[in-house]
Amino acid sequence: MTLEISSHFVDAILNQSRAEYPNEACGVIVGPIGSGRALRMKPMINAAQSPVFYEFAAMDLLGLYREIDDRDEEIVVIYHSHPGSEAYPSHTDIAYAGEPGAHYVLVSTRAEIAPVTEFRSFRIIDGAIIEESVAITD
Amino acid sequence: MSIEVRIPTIMRPFTKDQKVVTATGATLSAAITDLDNQYPGIGDRLLENGVLRRFINVYVNDEDVRFSGALDTALKSGDSITILPAVAGG
Repeated sequence: MTLEISSHFVDAILNQSRAEYPNEACGVIVGPIGSGRALRMKPMINAAQSPVFYEFAAMDLLGLYREIDDRDEEIVVIYHSHPGSEAYPSHTDIAYAGEPGAHYVLVSTRAEIAPVTEFRSFRIIDGAIIEESVAITD
Repeated sequence: MSIEVRIPTIMRPFTKDQKVVTATGATLSAAITDLDNQYPGIGDRLLENGVLRRFINVYVNDEDVRFSGALDTALKSGDSITILPAVAGG
């Protein structure tokens, strides 16, 4: 499996992650149902406002699903940042992973590697983590 | 008494891939019992130790049931339940 993602979205996710440091940043990229294409980015508010947890607010979550339902879209990418650890799914990430069809993108903005960042993509299905390659397009 | 229930992707294996199903019940708790009778196993994905699982969001008519009585939320014919997995992590 490979995640194909526009460099604009990669830049936007990294910028959002830096802006929300030291808290976790989060959001989704959606695309037409069945296409698997990440075409429309929607940054979300981290209701937890925490460096070690992120969560979409309940009403934001409902609004997101209503909107993409109306537009015949689905969630293609769920992204969030790790401000203090590597870009790899935590136990909490695995416990909460509820979209088996989504690419889970993790970004690390931890201080030890700054200004370098990590950008990695995973599938998380039934508790198993499968890393996939990332193909950055124009 | 018929209540529409919108099922998230992750639970559709229980409902034979149906996105929308119907249930009956005067409360959310009763509707989940009815759902589990129709689609065995789905109840366990919604409840843990008799309460709604932390990583599942349930809405009745677009209202988060955490603020309307959780499992005791009253239902009437024509109501709509939406189930969504939380998007969250650490």
